[in-house]
Amino acid sequence: MSDRDTIIRVEEVTKRYGKVTAVDRVTLEIPRGEFFALLGPSGCGKTTLLRMLAGFEMPSEGKIFIDGVDMSTIPPNKRPVNMVFQSYAVFPHMTVFENVAYGLKFDNVAKADQYGRVMAALADVKLDHLAERKPDQMSGGQRQRVALARALVKKPKVLLLDEPLSALDAKLREAMRFELAELQDKIGITFVMVTHDQDEALAMACRCAVMDRGKLMQTATPSNLYEFPANKFVADFIGSVNLFEGTLEVDEPDHAIVQSEELGGRIFFDHGVSGAGGEKMWVGIRPEKIELLKREEGSTPPTPEDAPSGCNVTAGTIRQISYLGSESIYEIDLINGRRMQVSRPNLSRWDQEDFTWDDEVWLRWHGDSPVLLQS
Amino acid sequence: MARKVARAPLDYLNMPAMKAWLAGVFIFLYTPLMILILFSFNDSKANIVWKGFTLKWYVKAFENTQLREALLNSLLIAGVCTIVSVVLGALMAFAFWRFKFPFKGPLESGMSLPIVVPEICFGVAVLLFFAKIGFPNDLPYPFNLTQIILAHVTFAFPFVAIVVRARLESFNPELEAAALDLGASRYQAFRDVIVPHMKPGLIAGGLLAFTLSLDDFVITFFASGPGTITFPVKVYSMVRFSVTPEVNAASTIIILITVIATVLALRAQAATTKES
Repeated sequence: MSDRDTIIRVEEVTKRYGKVTAVDRVTLEIPRGEFFALLGPSGCGKTTLLRMLAGFEMPSEGKIFIDGVDMSTIPPNKRPVNMVFQSYAVFPHMTVFENVAYGLKFDNVAKADQYGRVMAALADVKLDHLAERKPDQMSGGQRQRVALARALVKKPKVLLLDEPLSALDAKLREAMRFELAELQDKIGITFVMVTHDQDEALAMACRCAVMDRGKLMQTATPSNLYEFPANKFVADFIGSVNLFEGTLEVDEPDHAIVQSEELGGRIFFDHGVSGAGGEKMWVGIRPEKIELLKREEGSTPPTPEDAPSGCNVTAGTIRQISYLGSESIYEIDLINGRRMQVSRPNLSRWDQEDFTWDDEVWLRWHGDSPVLLQS
Repeated sequence: MARKVARAPLDYLNMPAMKAWLAGVFIFLYTPLMILILFSFNDSKANIVWKGFTLKWYVKAFENTQLREALLNSLLIAGVCTIVSVVLGALMAFAFWRFKFPFKGPLESGMSLPIVVPEICFGVAVLLFFAKIGFPNDLPYPFNLTQIILAHVTFAFPFVAIVVRARLESFNPELEAAALDLGASRYQAFRDVIVPHMKPGLIAGGLLAFTLSLDDFVITFFASGPGTITFPVKVYSMVRFSVTPEVNAASTIIILITVIATVLALRAQAATTKES
């Protein structure tokens, strides 16, 4: 990536509050025009990082460059970024129009041009018909649009969003996901969003950075985060996962085998993993990548004939079922007592009746499904 | 057989005995004031028997030059005291809200000291203070009111500070951050976002300061000299000889001003709680 295409560069940034390290040596590059998400549990440092981009906090160490300019000495009101706050922070004593026009006062925009720009920004968020309203006469969703228009009217190089959807109700939240993504696509400004909601990040962002306890865990596209997590934390934080501790027994270029006491057997990989043999490792398997099959008394494991060694099979008993409509989640006790989670889409209207409590089942997954995690 | 019926808390107000009690309390509280106002319209020199309606005591009160001057002094003092108290109180509230500094806790508690110290002590302290520093007693009007104004500001501005401080608690700090983010300087953010939020508190505190200053007697009595009589002090000196309906009329006017100021203050405060 050349420097010209990078809008934000975070270099070895650390932020300390007394003895607490909120952000720990984070390095990031965000290309121009990307929808980027900072994802992590509360207290992971993602909001502190966002506030450092906005200029409300200064790094204890390291540097932040926005569009190639070092931001070390630049206060928030002189930065080419604008923010949508978690509480929206719409000025309650101003009308919608005045709210959106407020930031233009400081940009030397001619009075004549102000009206047009404010109305255009309001039209972008579909609020142009409510310009004369006061914020207390609006819903939460509408106030958020005001906050969006107020930030976008300044034509920032980067728009920062702090938990933009957390205060909305479930239906509206889903609608706003698409709308924000569409808006970003339309205006082409780089968006940096902070969220603790993995669904939100996966649904909207081009790329996500997952943070934990101040450290950057992994930066990747949503599908790479999900399918190729870098470590246990990412695997567990993004979606659900069954994790098994084990040791690497065989590591050939075309296959690998992990011996796991926790699973009570071996896990077969149909690809090489290039790790040092014998080391303690973890294997992660997503619940939807496991197939459930009925198990009769005394039957043998149902390995498919075309890939006899390419599959992993283990036996268990269904203990819990969560029926969620589009899918059902089964909690299954393996023979060694370890619990595993399997999800199964309800493709037909009768699918959920296939399995019930205390059913004996085979669990089968392909050698391509598990991921090997070193930390 | 009488059955006991469970009562909701508000139902107690519907009991006749409770209503009578409530009425009794109000009568006890307000009868003296009602009599004072009533007899200000009485066509008789004695405050004993009703002889008929008249406005002549109001005319007489207005024709009393000394009383008029005292009222003017009181309004001028209250006006200046309000402005100074609002500025000082707001700044103090803002400082306590925004900054961290050594001894902040004790200082913040000390803020309400002028409110709890008995007025008589405060009055003596003010008298001693001005005597000690040799504050000039012979300044021309209206500067001869300075001592009273200073004394009033001393006890009035903590009230403003407390009201504004409480108002600032409900301020969302993200509003200020948003103003900065949109390009405002720290001062512009203060002016455009924080001050509008403080406004109901400023109005309520200001009216409180105005009312307190207008009807203060004890402290004023110690801080005033022969040429600086305020309205309450003048009324007191008139009453020492005899309570004439003229005093009733003058007092009624003060009651009116005070009630209006209080109602406005309460309204401003109601707006405070409703908004946030």
